Amino acid sequence: MHDPQPFSRPPRNSLRWALIAAAVVVAGGAFAYVGGWLTPHRLTAQRLVDELQRNGGGVHPGYRRNHAKGVCVAGYFEGDGKASAYSTASVFAVGRTPVVGRFAIPGGNPYAPDGSVPIRSLALRFNLSDGQQWRTGMNSMPVFPVATPQAFYALQVAGEKDPATGKPEPARLAAFFAAHPETAAFRAWAKTAKPSASFVTESYFGIDAFYFIDATGQRQAVRWRVVPEATDAQPAPASDDYLIGDLRQRLASGPQRWHLLVTLANPGDPTDDATKAWPNDRTTIDAGTLVLTSEQPQDSGPCRDINYDPTVLPAGIALSDDPLLPARSAAYSDSYLRRTSEEAHVPGTTVPTHAQPEASR
Amino acid sequence: MSTIRTTFSLPARVLHWTMAALILAMLFIGVGMVATVSEKHQWLLAIHKPLGIAILLLAIARLVVRLRNPPPPLPADLPALQKLAAHLSHWLLYALMIAMPLIGWAMLSAGGYPVMLSHSLRLPAILPENALAFAWLRTAHGAFAYLLFLTFLAHMGAALYHGLIRRDGVLRSMVNGQARDPSPQMPDGIGVVNGRPTD
Repeated sequence: MHDPQPFSRPPRNSLRWALIAAAVVVAGGAFAYVGGWLTPHRLTAQRLVDELQRNGGGVHPGYRRNHAKGVCVAGYFEGDGKASAYSTASVFAVGRTPVVGRFAIPGGNPYAPDGSVPIRSLALRFNLSDGQQWRTGMNSMPVFPVATPQAFYALQVAGEKDPATGKPEPARLAAFFAAHPETAAFRAWAKTAKPSASFVTESYFGIDAFYFIDATGQRQAVRWRVVPEATDAQPAPASDDYLIGDLRQRLASGPQRWHLLVTLANPGDPTDDATKAWPNDRTTIDAGTLVLTSEQPQDSGPCRDINYDPTVLPAGIALSDDPLLPARSAAYSDSYLRRTSEEAHVPGTTVPTHAQPEASR
Repeated sequence: MSTIRTTFSLPARVLHWTMAALILAMLFIGVGMVATVSEKHQWLLAIHKPLGIAILLLAIARLVVRLRNPPPPLPADLPALQKLAAHLSHWLLYALMIAMPLIGWAMLSAGGYPVMLSHSLRLPAILPENALAFAWLRTAHGAFAYLLFLTFLAHMGAALYHGLIRRDGVLRSMVNGQARDPSPQMPDGIGVVNGRPTD
């Protein structure tokens, strides 16, 4: 209590000031580090979406940053009770659960020709009676080209279009595939895949693995897909926009149906690698029927404001250790924030022009 | 209350330090989870929501404690501008720690997300689904988070300034229950922290 040198404050105070400054700088620096601002080469959700945006030909305000071209659908899922032995989710019990979905083609350009890619996608949101939700985003190929978000980012960079030709540089893509042998199964699929003339004749695969959890808490690794009842697949016409017209025509003649097939993994089947399909002999359950009854344009339909984040799951379904799932969640959230902010005219965002309303739909 | 208290009440101090840890953790969780694409995204998100509700409940309790137990007055010799800054920043902290969880909750409601606190515990929506409301609320949630972090930095810096430079007992009034020397003419009084001389 008795300082012998009460007037020696100035030098000590400078030390104390330095201590205070250091505390503030360390706290601020740690915050900036966690936010990714000090590590420009670390992959973040924002950088991933920036890259998708570049590949989609720039910002298309109000549109999703990937799978930008699409159409809303609605209907219901009719559970048959067969999956209830594995999952407590009420969607699998006998009965109907309303569904709001969206068909789309991959890519960030909302005006891309339907035949530009052989892939179609189907996203679904099941509104469970207990207020919980199940959201899933599925694609018409059984495996994903890559297993990690870093490889997905690298694939986007390798696939950037050459401004001179408007096409990806073949040598860059070839180098990427050579460096990523895990793409083999996807490339084998892509070699024979043709753009389909209809959304309705396609199967859609959940691709990532999940867990079903039963009433005793037992976890079963699963993958799901929906398989169409319609089998009249036709070669795609030569025009740029045929998928939505085909969908409208088919729905006008009646509801369209898919079966939700759930494949149960055997012990040891990989849950963390979406590039690897599970062997064909795995037990598969027909969990019920997806019935789609109507379609609406995506710029006014009920799917417009839904982020089909595949990590939104009801009790009874849980995430696996697949590293793509958290990356999809983070990137979809960022894309959702960007496009809704554009619609809301939040300062700093590009206001949508709606110069090209999807009137053709 | 006839006597002026010189320290914060025990419930106020317990709430302060508990919430300081929780809010600081929350800010780092928030800024980390929106950036990362790793598996951390999912577990940070899983902590963020229940922790936000916990902070909301604690903040309400704290407001009640504060209104019932007025905090000790600032040193009489503190410059008016610093007093003003102290009062404004404290009310800003209170406003933000109550508003942030509510905005987060409202934002998820407007975005059409189920507000899940655990795998099966769901809070009701407090707003109807509306993407434009979501966009504004989500933007506000982020902007206010940065404001809260900056206010925290200022608060921490000011607390250390009181404790290390002014040594006027303000920091001590929140650190321990010992009364500070109420005489205002000793701003440079040798501080006692946790019963030990600081010099």
